[in-house]
Amino acid sequence: MLGKLTIDALPLYSWVAMSGAAVTILGGLAAFILVTYLGAWRSMWTQWLTSVDHKRIGIMYIVLALVMLVRGFVDAIMMRAQQAFSLNSEGYLPPEHFEQIFSSHGTIMIFFMAMPFLTGLINIVVPQQIGARDVAFPFLNSVSFWLTAAGAGLVLISLVIGKFSQAGWTGYPPYSGIAYSPGVGVDYWIWALLVSGIGTTLTGINFIVTILKKRAPGMKLMRMPLFTWTTLCVSILMTFSFPALTVVGVLLGLDRYAGMHFFTNGDGGNMMNFANLLWIWGHPEVYILILPAFGIYSEVVSTFSGKRLFGYESLVYATAAIAILSFTVWLHHFFTMGSSANVNAFFGIATMVIAVPTGVKVFDWLFTMYRGRIVFHPSMYWTMGFMVTFVIGGMTGVMLALPPADYLMHNSTFLVAHFHNMLIPGALFGYFAGLNYWFPKAFGFTLNEKWGNRAFWLWISGFYLAFMPLYILGFMGMSRRMEHYNVPEWQPFLLVAALGAVLVLLGIVCIGVQLLVSVRDRKTAMDITGDPWNGRTLEWATASPPAPYNFAVIPQVEDIDAFADMKIRGVADLRPTQYEDIHMPKNSAIGILLGGMAFVLGFAMVWHIWWLAIACLAGALLLLIIRSSDDDNEFTITAGEVEAIEIQRSYTTHKIATDRPMNASGLPDGQTMQGRV
Amino acid sequence: MQTLRHAPTHRTYLTGFVLALILTAIPFGLVLSGLLPATATLSVIMIAAIIQVLVHLTFFLHLNFASTPRENLLALAFAAILIFIMVGGSIWIMFDLHMRMMG
Amino acid sequence: MSQAESSASTVLASDHEETLDFEAREFGFWLYLMSDAIIFALLFATYVVMSQNIAAGPSGKMLFSLPHTMGETFLLLCSSLTFGFATLAAMARQNSRVILWLIVTIALGIGFVAMELSEFSGMIAAGATPQVSGFLSAFFTLVGTHGLHVSFGMFGILVMMGQILTKGLTPPVLSRLYRLGLFWHFLDIVWIAIFSVVYLPGVL
Repeated sequence: MLGKLTIDALPLYSWVAMSGAAVTILGGLAAFILVTYLGAWRSMWTQWLTSVDHKRIGIMYIVLALVMLVRGFVDAIMMRAQQAFSLNSEGYLPPEHFEQIFSSHGTIMIFFMAMPFLTGLINIVVPQQIGARDVAFPFLNSVSFWLTAAGAGLVLISLVIGKFSQAGWTGYPPYSGIAYSPGVGVDYWIWALLVSGIGTTLTGINFIVTILKKRAPGMKLMRMPLFTWTTLCVSILMTFSFPALTVVGVLLGLDRYAGMHFFTNGDGGNMMNFANLLWIWGHPEVYILILPAFGIYSEVVSTFSGKRLFGYESLVYATAAIAILSFTVWLHHFFTMGSSANVNAFFGIATMVIAVPTGVKVFDWLFTMYRGRIVFHPSMYWTMGFMVTFVIGGMTGVMLALPPADYLMHNSTFLVAHFHNMLIPGALFGYFAGLNYWFPKAFGFTLNEKWGNRAFWLWISGFYLAFMPLYILGFMGMSRRMEHYNVPEWQPFLLVAALGAVLVLLGIVCIGVQLLVSVRDRKTAMDITGDPWNGRTLEWATASPPAPYNFAVIPQVEDIDAFADMKIRGVADLRPTQYEDIHMPKNSAIGILLGGMAFVLGFAMVWHIWWLAIACLAGALLLLIIRSSDDDNEFTITAGEVEAIEIQRSYTTHKIATDRPMNASGLPDGQTMQGRV
Repeated sequence: MQTLRHAPTHRTYLTGFVLALILTAIPFGLVLSGLLPATATLSVIMIAAIIQVLVHLTFFLHLNFASTPRENLLALAFAAILIFIMVGGSIWIMFDLHMRMMG
Repeated sequence: MSQAESSASTVLASDHEETLDFEAREFGFWLYLMSDAIIFALLFATYVVMSQNIAAGPSGKMLFSLPHTMGETFLLLCSSLTFGFATLAAMARQNSRVILWLIVTIALGIGFVAMELSEFSGMIAAGATPQVSGFLSAFFTLVGTHGLHVSFGMFGILVMMGQILTKGLTPPVLSRLYRLGLFWHFLDIVWIAIFSVVYLPGVL
């Protein structure tokens, strides 16, 4: 009736596991109680959970990401604590538990922190940047979010019922096969990835169509903002790489569930093909993680240098080159698996080539800053911190790209330091910069800058302390994922690394405080005009937060940096003379229902509760048929209603404009467009 | 619906059908009869398959350079390139590994 | 602009928006098919890599029956033709003809799946199960995934028939039928690859 599920699934075997489960349950309970206390269930359901509005969905993605950041960081600090003290000692974590922790750390940070974070930012910003009212497929957008959330839910519940995978975030067989991992951990991993992977593939499709088909008139491709360009490339990467993850997850699942021999040690299995298939997905994946950050840096560096972006075309071509090349380098993740020199050389050269366009971008950003008027906003700090620190990681990447050198460094802490150097100062700093940059657009008030800067300084110093020692340790011979060790020379470095993790923890606390303080002080930090930073791109033309339809009248674009161009032409503030009815998609409960079913399906499959799994599949199919037959899924905001909303907005905007004098170019007084164009 | 400027007719589909039949009969016939040596037969199979795919794309999916939206063609071309890289790359890598594991 | 003119242009505007919307859906569906093509491509790559890994079990040569495969090929190809006829009837707004050709398509599809199931069960009865070797795991998964897609397609045809009967050939229904057609023809293309990569070389 309940498959393999018994009372033994509860984590009563260790106090560490019990605390983890307790925190998870308490966290969920706290959220539940908070919403009940605020009496907000109805509005949560109608305004958020069933919303198909890209802005709301984007915010929900980021909320998920921030929650999972904390969850994944707990793993990190547990590992740092273990390694700091496990010289010739068992530490406080037994090996099986340590393995679960590094597996869930990677899985959570990549799939359920970074991916939702970037997807959330893309969702909030891109439709506005291209002058559109929503994405091409708003309902599908909701489905994507809820599938991602379902995957995250599966990882979270594995802490309470059962265990998580011990096979690393990449789940290599034979360890991840049924013979060596007979428990439920790897199954949780597989289903979390399969379910959320479908969501991501759909997001990729959604944004390709949105960007190619829903741009405002006049917005040619070479007039799109850089963040939109990177989103287009990211969407292409998502659409074409995630199928590989689906295949590898299904094949491993077939081995585990149906006794097949794709990756078994005998009977004709080929374990090396797992690495091959996984990284065909895995390499484009890391570019999915970094390209949005590059796009954010382009926007931020231009806005906070008060200058047009330097080398727009080169940035576009570099992005496209990176996207295409990212499909040609995947073997560098397994140079040491035994390929011949020719094969390794080909992929090593390709890997070195792909570093070049990123170098081009760094120069473009530096030249954008040159002779600009730098504003030291937290987003700019995150960006400058990125430019210095990421380059180090890039260089170590080029070192690793040399197959013979990689033979020495593969799977050492040098590698761990390299990829964290890419992901943290590269991707994560970019998302934080984006968070600080676009927060007022999403919520109508700016984030507290003091706490934002504190968060930055703690994160960057914490990062250096946590990961530079790991480069050295890699050269000293320390392998990754070590639960204990017996080389005394390593310990000082690991202690420093642990200190770094503590600093990062404080940085995360600062981000939390920043949010709380900003909400508390929101009345004094309101973004009335919709354009708090004197932006250059179209999202700054909408209200903060925007009306549901974003633009009452779709703008006519005439140049790159569309909004800056409108300011120069003097049309940025114009109120339209005529309004039209606007058709908007209706909310739908089917997204969250599908997500719920996906979650239960995954859970049922993990525990072999077949009848429940079949019921969920049937339910999902039914929901899809219902949705597909539904032709009445729009509602109209009448021209009169639109006008009323816009009048209200321009009343408040005008009120502030009289307090903040602008010159003829629509800029704060004292500034000109000279040197910015 | 792609209001097909080159509106298909029954003829379009029937032509595609007949061409596909021929391009199926040839490789099957070659294998069943054993007329050519294995490598040559394999080449014919591959070529016939590629041509038949093009036949399907043209006569059943009405893909053409005139009326098919550019982005659809680009998506197809991109997918084709990626398939070549992924499948070709996988076969190269895995057979190379296979050769090195044999000894 | 007079009342009549402005409402006419609004109608046209929303018609245009609707067409744009269907174009977007059709392009989106095409992209989904491209992602599905990648899935199949990787299943093919896996099959090719594992095609000689017969372990203690039988090889393709011992299992495949080319006449059987020819039969399946013919049924699927005919079903592509009949779906095409259904499409033509839909363009001509001949509802009952559409239903007729869709029924024929499903019948051919059922025939295809039935032949495939009989092939699979024959192999399993002879002890050639997917649990025997890497080759067989890859074979069953690749061909089985295709068969599953065909089954979903037939289910989709049933749903479309229901929509045509209840709503008629409205623009949304036509657009869905078109997308289903893309799906159905795509599966026939994948089948070309299957007999060219699995069955024919397997027997050589």
